[in-house]
Amino acid sequence: MNKLLNVSSSPHARNNVLTQNLMLDVAIAMIPASVYGVYQFGLKALCILLVTVAGAVLSEYVYESLMGKPITVMDGSALVTGMILGLNMPPEIPLWIPFLGSIFAIIVVKQIYGGLGQNFMNPALAARCFLLISFANQMSAFKLDGVSGATPLSVLKNGGSVDVAAMFVGRIPGTIGEVSVIALLIGAVYLLVKKVISIRIPAAYLISFAVFVFIFGQHDPAYVLAHLCGGGLIFGAFFMATDYVTSPITPNGQILFGILLGVLTGLFRLFGGSAEGVSYAIIISNLLVPLIEKATLPVAFGKEGKKA
Amino acid sequence: MNKCMERLYNGIIKENPTFVLMLGMCPTLATTTTAINGMGMGLTTTAVLIFSNLIISALRKIIPDRVRIPAYIVIVASLVTIVQLLLQAFIPSLNESLGIFIPLIVVNCIILGRAEAYAAKNGPLESAFDGIGMGLGFTLGLTCIAIFRELLGSGSVFGIGIIPETYNIRIFGLAPGAFFVLAGLTALQNKFKMPSATNGSAPESVLACGGNCARCTGSACMANHATLETRRLQAEEDALAAKKAAVAQKQAELSAKLDKKD
Repeated sequence: MNKLLNVSSSPHARNNVLTQNLMLDVAIAMIPASVYGVYQFGLKALCILLVTVAGAVLSEYVYESLMGKPITVMDGSALVTGMILGLNMPPEIPLWIPFLGSIFAIIVVKQIYGGLGQNFMNPALAARCFLLISFANQMSAFKLDGVSGATPLSVLKNGGSVDVAAMFVGRIPGTIGEVSVIALLIGAVYLLVKKVISIRIPAAYLISFAVFVFIFGQHDPAYVLAHLCGGGLIFGAFFMATDYVTSPITPNGQILFGILLGVLTGLFRLFGGSAEGVSYAIIISNLLVPLIEKATLPVAFGKEGKKA
Repeated sequence: MNKCMERLYNGIIKENPTFVLMLGMCPTLATTTTAINGMGMGLTTTAVLIFSNLIISALRKIIPDRVRIPAYIVIVASLVTIVQLLLQAFIPSLNESLGIFIPLIVVNCIILGRAEAYAAKNGPLESAFDGIGMGLGFTLGLTCIAIFRELLGSGSVFGIGIIPETYNIRIFGLAPGAFFVLAGLTALQNKFKMPSATNGSAPESVLACGGNCARCTGSACMANHATLETRRLQAEEDALAAKKAAVAQKQAELSAKLDKKD
């Protein structure tokens, strides 16, 4: 048919951004943190990462073939889910637990709700919370160089002092991907430069969290900095809170979402029972995304002044 | 007696309160942590349900329509109190583990639902059998959910250890696990199309949608309506023809009789 005379409905202008490319960028951005995790925790960490990635991709493939749906393994979203879940695992965990988590993430949280784009929660984080509730002991046993130790956050919670420089580099016990702030920031800069994510959610998250901790925790910049570098905050802010499916699409909504995350994380860390609260804060905020989007929907051009 | 058996089938399979009607969800989710608890809760509810159905059915002509709900509640509450006292006396351990959920049977929607939907309109015997069927259906549902939750959450079934503690997925013993198992079992029930009130009622449908409204799309609907209309006309014609044939046969018989008399 003549292209000039072809009548079709909008959109007419498309760019060449594919889900595949975006997911690949996110995966590339997580490589520094993964490499650091494997360097610090050894081959066991690499095994965990491989198990979670394989588990996620495999369960997506098996579910979609059983249900007669188009196979979307190649879009890389299962790869990213598996990677995030793997980076959220403590390095000493028995391998079947991460595998179970991958299956839960893909089948229960993602596929049952309709696959990519339909999941109402971040699959990897929901799976992490599932595992955290189910296997509390194995999920919070952290070791560094063969010696089990408390994470800096639990030390802080119990009134101890921590070495912020070690936290920045990553010489601390924790999950595979969350320990090294510098490696995570390299990945985050890559994502920002490639414009895969916008700065709004992470910035609003980190700033509101810092303010919250400064007001309700200790009025001490070093304490605030330790909280910022500790736990999964940086990882969560740049890699998990910015998940396209489960974060608001409106600019104001993204800022609101970030502030909500910051306040919730602060609440959980300072007043909650456990030392860490990033994953729970993110999945609870995920549930509020439809409301946030509804409240911050911009007025369409030409409709100013008319309130529906 | 046939009607009574039909009530049992209806309660246990066709309109299973847990998997088909989705009634009584609070006790379903709360008391199914172990198989014993689930079964105990189911049987306790069954006992109350049988007698409440029986009494309400017997009193259905005396209870004024306007105050029927309070009257039902009084009957159910008395029965629940009796059952609770009996449990305290004879099975104190079950009473302790079910706790608040025994008094809460008073407001269980299965009991009020059956009173309103069945016992208030039918005789005492059928109502009692309806109570047995619904009660056993509820017990079956609760026990199934509880067996899965106990097996996955604490590695045992009816207290007999099967899976070592390291492999227990503790979330199945908590509230989210109840939702997972309930949803999973209901999905299986729908998948295998166990005959129930919400599916499979028209297994040999000629319609494109198979009589399933969820599968009906766009123009298929019109075609289906046309099919139905043709079938209705056909049936009417058949009935008319049958009537005519019957009349003709009667006439023939009459004339034969007349011939005999002559």
